[in-house]
Amino acid sequence: MMRYLIPLFAFIVLAAFLLVGLTLNPRQVPSPLIDKPAPIFQLNHLHEPEKILSSTDNLGKVWLLNVWASWCVSCRDEHPLLVELAKSGIVSIYGLNYKDERTTAMQWLKRYGDPYAVSIVDADGKVGIDFGVYGVPETYIIDKKGIIRHKQIGPVTADSLEKTIVPLIIELQKQA
Amino acid sequence: MFKDNRFSFFKALQLNRMKVWLVFAFLVLMLASTLGWSKEAVPVAEDPEVEKRMLALTMDLRCLVCQNESIADSRADFSNDMRREIRQKIKENKSDEEIIQFLVDRYGDFVLYNPPVKPTTIMLWFGPILLFVIGFISLLTYLKRRREQIEEVPLSEAEQKKADVLLGKKKR
Repeated sequence: MMRYLIPLFAFIVLAAFLLVGLTLNPRQVPSPLIDKPAPIFQLNHLHEPEKILSSTDNLGKVWLLNVWASWCVSCRDEHPLLVELAKSGIVSIYGLNYKDERTTAMQWLKRYGDPYAVSIVDADGKVGIDFGVYGVPETYIIDKKGIIRHKQIGPVTADSLEKTIVPLIIELQKQA
Repeated sequence: MFKDNRFSFFKALQLNRMKVWLVFAFLVLMLASTLGWSKEAVPVAEDPEVEKRMLALTMDLRCLVCQNESIADSRADFSNDMRREIRQKIKENKSDEEIIQFLVDRYGDFVLYNPPVKPTTIMLWFGPILLFVIGFISLLTYLKRRREQIEEVPLSEAEQKKADVLLGKKKR
């Protein structure tokens, strides 16, 4: 009896591992920056290049940093959701315009709507590297103390907004 | 020679001597002109030392976009940025450890093809040895049990003779 049960058991263990493997997404590399302070940056605004947004300007409020670019195709997928989220007034969204051309970026926002309180320009992608960006779009939730609480890799979906992002924002806003 | 004209196409291809010479001369001219333009390959970076160190470092770092390529091999935009960043850090006289730490801080251990031994990576490091040991022990026990099961039956006189004949042995 045992000689049949052992291979069966080994097969079940292997199958369980493979099954779990199927549900994992190798593209989603867990960020080491979660629960760490957001990187320090000082970047020019997209619309008013003479103005500067610095990483300390948003201390005291929960905010989203959405990394986007006009060349990024899946940014178009998530964009209507961001516009909607901005309209709802739950949270202010800041855009990190990543390795983009200023004029095309502005045209893109005109065409698809501008959900961003401010868009800042990261032309050479250096601040992006500090944030650990590797696949645009990416969205970060940053709390009142300036600590990154969540990173969404790839486009925001209705599902991820409803289940993770919005509940987390509301919870973080309650904190002192 | 051929009754049907299907082969006239090939006949038309047969160039006369004059044409062959013209084509040959043309080719020679073309090749000669390119020889005039070619020169020493320009190094990718200004400083070959920096490039060498950068390559040695990036060989062991994973490109996060094309996950089965190292940053050294990858042509992805991400890797281009990383190489640029690492070149700059080398010029700033940062040590290899500092540069690797810079990347790990931002992208996690996943960028390392040579991950550190940590509680989360114990299975990764020692799993194969563990599997080997389990396999080896089960092989040994299996062989031992098998040996116990097999009974050695000595050959009878007649069988021994038959075997000797078959093996071509001379009678002693």
